[in-house]
Amino acid sequence: MQKARETLVAIRDLKVHFNLGHNRVVKAVDGVTLDILEGETLGLVGESGCGKSTLGRAVLRLTEPTGGQVFYRNNDLARLSGRQLREQRRHLQIIFQDPYASLNPRMTVGQIVGEPLETFRLARGREAEQRVQELLETVGLSKRFIKRYPHEFSGGQRQRIGIARALAVDPDFIVADEPISALDVSIQAQIMNLLEKLRREKNLTYLFISHDLRAIRHVSDRVAVMYLGKLVEIADAKTIYVEPLMPYTKALISAVPVPDPEIEATRQRIMLEGDVPSPINPPSGCPFHTRCPYAIDVCKEVVPQLVEIKPAHYAACIRISPALPHIEDVPPGAAPGLD
Amino acid sequence: MSLLEVKNLRTYFQTDDGLVKAVDGISFELQRGETLGIVGESGSGKSVTNLSIIRLIQEPPGRIVSGEVIFKGQDILLLPPEAVRKIRGRRIAMIFQDPMTSLNPFMKISKQLMEMTELHLGHTSAQAYEHAIRMLETVGIPDARPRANSYPHEFSGGMRQRVMIAMALSCEPELLIADEPTTALDVTIQAQILELIKKLKQKTGTSVILITHDLGVVAGMTDHVIVMYAGKIFEQARTRELFALPGNPYTKGLLRSVPDPTAEHGKLYQIPGLPPDVAHLKPGCPFADRCERAEEICRREFPPFVELTPDHHSLCHFASEVYAESTNAKGA
Repeated sequence: MQKARETLVAIRDLKVHFNLGHNRVVKAVDGVTLDILEGETLGLVGESGCGKSTLGRAVLRLTEPTGGQVFYRNNDLARLSGRQLREQRRHLQIIFQDPYASLNPRMTVGQIVGEPLETFRLARGREAEQRVQELLETVGLSKRFIKRYPHEFSGGQRQRIGIARALAVDPDFIVADEPISALDVSIQAQIMNLLEKLRREKNLTYLFISHDLRAIRHVSDRVAVMYLGKLVEIADAKTIYVEPLMPYTKALISAVPVPDPEIEATRQRIMLEGDVPSPINPPSGCPFHTRCPYAIDVCKEVVPQLVEIKPAHYAACIRISPALPHIEDVPPGAAPGLD
Repeated sequence: MSLLEVKNLRTYFQTDDGLVKAVDGISFELQRGETLGIVGESGSGKSVTNLSIIRLIQEPPGRIVSGEVIFKGQDILLLPPEAVRKIRGRRIAMIFQDPMTSLNPFMKISKQLMEMTELHLGHTSAQAYEHAIRMLETVGIPDARPRANSYPHEFSGGMRQRVMIAMALSCEPELLIADEPTTALDVTIQAQILELIKKLKQKTGTSVILITHDLGVVAGMTDHVIVMYAGKIFEQARTRELFALPGNPYTKGLLRSVPDPTAEHGKLYQIPGLPPDVAHLKPGCPFADRCERAEEICRREFPPFVELTPDHHSLCHFASEVYAESTNAKGA
């Protein structure tokens, strides 16, 4: 069983709005509140444009938030000065999606992995070199690679180099932004296992961002589902799959193809109509109402809040409530969440 | 007679790094109305196989070195370029992963659809326009008539892929080749597009070759599967058989390395190592270095293509043993 864990990163009403000019604003992240517990992997899942990567970057202040707070061990990162922020950033690292674009092609592997050691003045010279060799071995690369350049490596190997770089400063918390999306199936499994092994050995905490629900289910302890800048459901990973409460999460999970022809032959899918609306002019009220098979008129007006519908299971839908958690049981037209 | 019969196809590329045998002796058949899935990782040769079938291999550096591609009794590889162009788009249509790069950004959607039937079916522009609208409606574009005059950038990724499908199907081809048609799309949109391809296939009886890296997509969409690795067919079977009773260690490893959403999380099975460099293949089995049951013979001799059942073949020295293990595991 899970023991009570400390909150490592607390996100409070975080907003990232991009001003496009002409009174057009993209609310990429719009009021997200979330606790990431020490030692857990929190999976953040959503479709393209939902704001999940922006949220990950804003947590580390790689993208400046428009509003709200991010606390790391009770320090408000938004209030830190440049120098203090740099100091804290040592504990907070990121792994990027594209292993081809995130490594400087003119630097050797040794320089790439060693750079953070110098930046944070953690080691130099012989000691730094030794540390880089250890890091390469930790991520499953030969220390002979130290003088080679990124183009000499495959996608999976480059991702390992990116992971070694993130680990160089001995962080507590890593935002893994679609770390396996660009990789082949057989290599995805390797990287997921590596991240899991490192978490156990180094007591890391991950915010694992992905659009791949199968991967999210596999690596996460808890899962947060995002839609058009807002979190719409949070629960532990198994519950999200077995018993999703939000109509959007239900559709998302039913859309994932299962690698089993017998199951696929008889499976009933919830087909969503239409596309994800543009984040420039998101729908009023519940952002999902335009595609939701259960939407009623009130959904166009009321912005639903995340409510603890079942113990440790939060959902943002006015058509359900703790007393009536399953939307199928709710009388037509009723919105028990408003009572 | 099969609609398509590919025999011993070899497509090689001359690169700075040496000769790359991207496709090296591929044979398969496709019956009318059937869907064939081709799965493999990047560099396995799945896309090159299909570009070879429709003669879209750029020469040089590529070259179709040998083989036959018999479509309705005619070897496409022996036809003059003009005759191939008449088949392409008319009898065999294609959709690709990225609809944005396959559509002309400067041309209205309607115009791009009209070109197809004007060219291949001799439609007048009025006929072609009406046909274009009908096709857009068929693939589920809302308000097809007004939106037909939009440009591709005004459509979302999912809508563009629908336009590509409308275009591909506008001349009622007998074969549709879909190369990673949903890889760039979100999962809810992917479900819509796959459902659409299924429905249209039922309606028109078109045969489909679906190229994908996603075993879930293969499971739900196809009748037969080919698993490719390093330019070779490693396993070939009816879809249900392949998933239930894999007869090749590579297929087995791939199936096990996909996370199962219904299982508790623990260590995921992983195939060790990296795919081989196809420019420098060693003499034995190209998978031997990553294979957990490889023995000395695997590194020395190229494996045989073993017939497990008349419908099921596997490229492996130990195919029968692997198949027997799968059968036993199923029975247990």
